[in-house]
Amino acid sequence: MFCSSLLFCSCYSVQAEVEDTLKRIQGINGVIGTIVVNAEGIPIKTTLDNSTTVQYAGLLHQLTMKARSTVRDIDPQNDLTFLRIRSKKHEIMVSTDKEYLLIVIQNPTE
Amino acid sequence: MSSKRPKSKEASKIKGKGHPDYIFPLVLTSATQELFGCQADEDVTGENPYKLLKKEDIIKDMKTRASVSDFSPVKQLVLDYPEDELLLVFDRDFTYGQSFYLVLTVEAKENILKPSVEGDEEQMEHEEKEEEMIVPKTPESHPWISLGSEQEIKEESVTESRPRLRYKISPLQRRCGAPVCFSDRSAQDGKEGFVECPSYQDKSFSIREMEKHTAIQASSDTKNSSTQTLWKHPKNIWTQYEPREFSLEEKEHHLRSKNLKNFITSVLIRFEISLQQNYITDVFCDDWTALCEDEGALTGKTETQLKEYQSFMDLHFSKEKTISHVHWHPTISGVIAVAMTERLSLEERIDNSTKLLLNPSYILFWNFTDPINPQLQLECPDDVLCFQFCPSDPNIIAGGCMNGQIVLWDISAHVERLQDTRSGGKNISNKLDKNETPVVRYCAVSGIENGHKAPITDIQWLPETFELSKLGIPVENASRVSVQLVTCAPDCCVLFWDLRPPRVVSHSLTEVKQKSEEKPLENPHGVPNTFKHLNLTWKPFIRVSLPKLGSSGEYSPLKFSLRDNTVDCPSGDKPLQNAEREEGCGFAQLRVPSAKQQKPMENISTKLYVGTEDGELVYTDWKMEKDNDSGRLLSTKPIHRFLVHDTLVNTVTRSPFFKDIILTVGSFSFAIWKEGVTNGPILMSAFSRTMRTVGHWSLSRPAVFFIGKEDGSIEIWDLLQNTHEPSQSQNISSAAITCIRTSCISSKQHLLAVSDRLGTLHILQIPWTLRRSSNSERQIVRKYFEKEEERLEYFEKRQIKHEKKKKEMEAEEQRKKTELVMPLKQEEELEAEALKEYEQFLALEKDILKNMGLLNETEDSSDM
Repeated sequence: MFCSSLLFCSCYSVQAEVEDTLKRIQGINGVIGTIVVNAEGIPIKTTLDNSTTVQYAGLLHQLTMKARSTVRDIDPQNDLTFLRIRSKKHEIMVSTDKEYLLIVIQNPTE
Repeated sequence: MSSKRPKSKEASKIKGKGHPDYIFPLVLTSATQELFGCQADEDVTGENPYKLLKKEDIIKDMKTRASVSDFSPVKQLVLDYPEDELLLVFDRDFTYGQSFYLVLTVEAKENILKPSVEGDEEQMEHEEKEEEMIVPKTPESHPWISLGSEQEIKEESVTESRPRLRYKISPLQRRCGAPVCFSDRSAQDGKEGFVECPSYQDKSFSIREMEKHTAIQASSDTKNSSTQTLWKHPKNIWTQYEPREFSLEEKEHHLRSKNLKNFITSVLIRFEISLQQNYITDVFCDDWTALCEDEGALTGKTETQLKEYQSFMDLHFSKEKTISHVHWHPTISGVIAVAMTERLSLEERIDNSTKLLLNPSYILFWNFTDPINPQLQLECPDDVLCFQFCPSDPNIIAGGCMNGQIVLWDISAHVERLQDTRSGGKNISNKLDKNETPVVRYCAVSGIENGHKAPITDIQWLPETFELSKLGIPVENASRVSVQLVTCAPDCCVLFWDLRPPRVVSHSLTEVKQKSEEKPLENPHGVPNTFKHLNLTWKPFIRVSLPKLGSSGEYSPLKFSLRDNTVDCPSGDKPLQNAEREEGCGFAQLRVPSAKQQKPMENISTKLYVGTEDGELVYTDWKMEKDNDSGRLLSTKPIHRFLVHDTLVNTVTRSPFFKDIILTVGSFSFAIWKEGVTNGPILMSAFSRTMRTVGHWSLSRPAVFFIGKEDGSIEIWDLLQNTHEPSQSQNISSAAITCIRTSCISSKQHLLAVSDRLGTLHILQIPWTLRRSSNSERQIVRKYFEKEEERLEYFEKRQIKHEKKKKEMEAEEQRKKTELVMPLKQEEELEAEALKEYEQFLALEKDILKNMGLLNETEDSSDM
């Protein structure tokens, strides 16, 4: 699966590629939902229902900003790459860059 | 330099020249400097700028060098100088324009040479002024100038204006030397004793005070003022917000952006790694604690026996009595009610019937704080075999008697006593003597003709969520108070009773008036009027008989069990809280609603299990049917009936955890049933040597139940450990156990009340292993029951198969019998057939070989 998507990278349009990648993540075992959020916390693309999406986007956006500012306060040359929150029921993973935020919620059952 | 001479200001007037008159700036060449010994920075320096030059020297220099001399400009001034020496000052800072200056007057020279600052008199002026303002100087002493104050002092002082007058008084000579006699005389004795000069107000002299001494204090201006916030009228305002969202186009736009694509592709790998990590193993799972949970009994508490906590034995009332029923008080912890009955068989009862009338039976209330005296006594008309607290009002107790009557008590007047003694007896009211146990008489008894004709063996209240109509259909209970009772007795019927006064069909105004005019009769013995309307006239409103399945006659029930129907109130109201009920739900005020108003409730199971005298368990419906022929209401035939136990069934109880699991205990065995499973009991115990008298489920563990036996021991059965034998057996008393009840006082203390035939009530503490259930115990037990159910089904199927097989086998045997008649003929035929077949085979072989071309005509014949 890795190789195939790399080969077709150039042929596909950007949007299709984005959707492809998101589908890949969604297809991994245990993933409940995936959300793409912009820098302000407004969701762009999601696989969950609207109210849940909005809630996750708002809350995690704030938390990510806080976490990032914490990391940068300690060392200004450092930056946050990945945030994982493990709760009793789920695991929430957040990755961020300047403009976007990607949130994945997984149910880590064995 | 604080002690500066105050320079007189006249000496330092600047006329705009840049240098005062007595200063003459000079330039001295180095030759001149050498000559006079005033070389700059060598002989004269900044610190020591003064040099005294002789006048003669200067004149000599002027003569020798004439116009070239540096001193030529000051020639005349030098000649005029009175003294011999002139002061030359090295002006390092060029203050007067040149490097040197000559001081021309003696006075200035004096001034400069005296210790003071050279030259800069302008600055000194300023400094003086500043100093006067800034630094307070010690005042100089001046001669005193008189301003007239000495005159005042002179006036004030007292001086002698004339010389003092002197008088000498001497008595006559003849009196000198004569004896004198002195006597006392007080001043008040005569008029001339003293002269008084009292003060009086002389109007000619009224002095007006021209001067007054007053104290004055300066204070700042104060002003009193107040503010008040405006009370705005309160308004209901609400706000609503919704989250920001992107429109579809914006979303598309974002999805198409390259940035997003780059971001996602770069981030993808770490997501995949993490997701897979989680999938592979749970990093946060603590195996150690998880291990412990499953094991169960590893916490070090090894006690498994029931510990005796307390035991109650009443000396007055319990002689030769036995306890028939025990019940914990539902709300007050630490209080238990016990029904005492006579320990006699039927014949003995008949023989001693007169004695028994004099010996009334009681229900005693015991409190843990007082093991000797019971707290309350409830008087019963006859031996009470079973009783129950009303679930909606714990002050109402209903009991079933030996003579078939139902008795009702209302102990609301004495509840405080029960509660107070629980707290240690601090607030006992003065009326009641501590040693005396109050006796409460029953409020109401049912009528004898319409009640049971055999001793009532089981009584239960219907829950407050529904009530029954005349036909037995459950309908909504508007009052949310338990008003109906169910009883059963071995006279083959189950009766339903209603606590409310029956509906009067015809309401005439006169009747109503009469009722209201009647004075309420006071009951004797201070019995409350709660159930006055029922006393002696109480009738059951439904009578369910139990006709036998498959034969005539009826079952005689001993115990029954209803399904615990907890239904959500459809109107959304919560059932009445205890506080409201304590106000005194007047049962007399409740009325049976008309049948039209009542709404039938669904989801309520109207079926009940009945254990009979013959050891059968009957599953029947209490709804009444109308018989078309006679128009009377008849009860339906039971749905199932199981004969499992040999002798009478003494317990039918439901598990508190599973609503469809029932435990029935007969004399030598017990069985566990599941409602709906009609094949038989899920679990049937082995027969025990001693009789089993009672059974009771544990309230905290789904797999545990207690069985009491005739030798006074208790068996503790744990379905998770063993199903063929009890996990523990403990001897409690020497007499047979009559009743077992559990109660959870607190999470750490679970108590087991065990009563025996001798009339003693033992309270035992349930050990930790028996009261703490593990997390999955309920599921395990449920699975076990399901497994057993499957086993039963499997057995049944196997049985059916077995029967089929049996039939088939029989059929086959029959066929065989018929087929054995002609064996010989068959043999011959068989031989002929075999031969034919062989010949056919040979022909076939020939054909095949021919076709394959492997066979010659000649070989064929030779081979054969």
